[in-house]
Amino acid sequence: MTAVDETTDPTTTTPANTARAHSHGGGIVPDASRAERPTSYDVADFAVPTGREEEWKFSPLREFAPLFEADGAGAVAAVEVDAPAQVEHRTGTREEVGAGRAFVPGDRAAAAGWAATDVAHLLRVPAEAELDAPVLVTVRGQAGRTTAGHLVIEAGHHAKALVVVSHVGSGAHRGNVEVRVGDGADVTVVTLQEWDADAVHAGQHDVRVGRDAHVRHIAVSLGGKAVRLSTNVSYAGPGGDAQALGVYFADAGQHLEHRQFVDHEATSCRSYVEYKGALQGQGAHAVWIGDVLIRAAAEGTETYELNRNLVLTDGARADSVPNLEIETGEIVGAGHASATGRFDDEQLFYLQARGIPAEEARRLVVRGFFAGIVDRIGIPEISQRLMTTIETELAATPLAAASAEEN
Amino acid sequence: MSTLEIRDLHVTVDEADGSTKEILRGVDLTIASGEVHAVMGPNGSGKSTLAYSIAGHPKYTVTGGSVTLDGEDVLAMSVDERARAGMFLAMQYPVEVPGVTVSNFLRTAKTAIDGEAPKLRTWVKDVKQAMDDLKMDPSFAERNVNEHFSGGEKKRHEILQMELLKPKFAILDETDSGLDVDALKVVSEGVNRALANVNPGVLLITHYTRILRYIKPQFVHVFVDGRVAEQGGPELADALEESGYDRFLARA
Ligand SMILES: Nc1ncnc2c1ncn2[C@@H]1O[C@H](COP(=O)(O)OP(=O)(O)O)[C@@H](O)[C@H]1O
Ligand SMILES: [Mg+2]
Repeated sequence: MTAVDETTDPTTTTPANTARAHSHGGGIVPDASRAERPTSYDVADFAVPTGREEEWKFSPLREFAPLFEADGAGAVAAVEVDAPAQVEHRTGTREEVGAGRAFVPGDRAAAAGWAATDVAHLLRVPAEAELDAPVLVTVRGQAGRTTAGHLVIEAGHHAKALVVVSHVGSGAHRGNVEVRVGDGADVTVVTLQEWDADAVHAGQHDVRVGRDAHVRHIAVSLGGKAVRLSTNVSYAGPGGDAQALGVYFADAGQHLEHRQFVDHEATSCRSYVEYKGALQGQGAHAVWIGDVLIRAAAEGTETYELNRNLVLTDGARADSVPNLEIETGEIVGAGHASATGRFDDEQLFYLQARGIPAEEARRLVVRGFFAGIVDRIGIPEISQRLMTTIETELAATPLAAASAEEN
Repeated sequence: MSTLEIRDLHVTVDEADGSTKEILRGVDLTIASGEVHAVMGPNGSGKSTLAYSIAGHPKYTVTGGSVTLDGEDVLAMSVDERARAGMFLAMQYPVEVPGVTVSNFLRTAKTAIDGEAPKLRTWVKDVKQAMDDLKMDPSFAERNVNEHFSGGEKKRHEILQMELLKPKFAILDETDSGLDVDALKVVSEGVNRALANVNPGVLLITHYTRILRYIKPQFVHVFVDGRVAEQGGPELADALEESGYDRFLARA
């Protein structure tokens, strides 16, 4: 396994040298800070991407093209909500549900989605309410149509909630999600991309973490033709703790892209990013961009980000770009790791030396690779279902290709 | 009663610079059920290479000789076929398998070796008993295979597998290394229990003689520079304890 594993020790880090030291990926390296990337509610502020832009250079623009259209003709995606009684569910205009208080579109697709519809959903968990059942949201795309949606998830102070947003069906969808987490709250948001094979999806999830709040955002992308999910985390006050976790399994011709931007401005906050993916088949493409910015004011920050890719066959490609900008030396710790590799032959040997056939050994290793994140979703039935899907996809790996790597 | 026969085994590895290097240069060994053969040799003499080659590790290329189990050609089998034929290797450096629990791993291996899933109730009881015997905490079963295990825990886990999978032949590669005396005793007792219960042939690879105080070999082979330089009974180990490997190294 080829690996890049770097840890920044705050004692050896000076603000002057870090941005350069942590730029990866070669090619276009942004010289400006990540903070300077524009955000706007006005779609006119974002030109239709050409592919030369830093933030679009990995994406299949031909697939995403319908999502850039801003003529307001976009339909609203069908949304079903199944929530415990304490949760307020409201559908209204963006203004009625207070959309945009912790959300600003950061690219053409998100801005076009914002412009395309004025129907938004609000899910509000009252302060101090501890939900004893998850909130289940299903977003259903429609074949041949381009849809948009805006979902606000708001948790009052010291609330505790688990929200699962499940994306199914077909078509092209722009899903803007705004997560506002009150002080001391404990919120998990799971976004499942279980689209039909021809669906296209661009999503922007802005997560605002309250003072001393704990937030976990888990993205699982298995279906769809092209999925691009941008998760932006910011902190409303000190002491916040955010985890952004994800798993993906890209098949032949499938593009799965996950971008995170963790913006540390408040003091004494923590962030942890971990994305793991497997790829197989001709043209399978995974992109992971992990941007972390520790602003000058964000003293006491602790952050770590990690991306691992398991490349199961030839013809698949993983782009993995961690980017850590540190503007203060007064931090607890900051590090990142990125590794892309084949099956670990030593692991397979160990399992096979215990009588386990090669194919089953591979399945065990892949299951283990994903289990650490999938098991953290908190709903055993969903974890089970996702693992079954992953194993079904794995079973489609041509063994000839899989064993060729052992040479 | 089974026999493992190693005849004139030659093995090479591919070096990083693309060249090949011969490590085993004609190894002969015959082991029968219930026998304990100690293979002793200095670091770098090829002991692990012998163990891995018999188990079928892809890094090692057999260029000559044979390994047979009751006449069956072991070298023609895949790694997992060898294990299912009754071969077992307790590794010097067991491998971490993240996300796979010990309990899942053991059950999967047992099912593969026996060709059918073990009866749940007796299996759970057997695992519990074996872990108890090896002084392993029950919580061990829910940890990931070898992940964050201490050196001693890894070796106990290897012997746990030997006890549960009940191989015909077990190769123990420096199972004693990195163990303190207490752990060494616990692990040795496990091997002795397996010997008493299942009667496997054992190839006990070691650099030092101390494990031989707890596991008694009938045969001792001194391994130098990729082949057996001398063989004898337990007294040969005593001689090595006194004089070390110098005498053999000078000759090699
Ligand atoms: N996979 C390998 N690649 C290259 N050289 C190897 C490999 N395995 C072993 N060797 C070399 O073979 C020799 C014997 O190693 P080993 O079998 O590990 O000895 P021992 O177990 O007796 O210490 C050493 O010189 C070692 O460097
Ligand atoms: Mg060795």
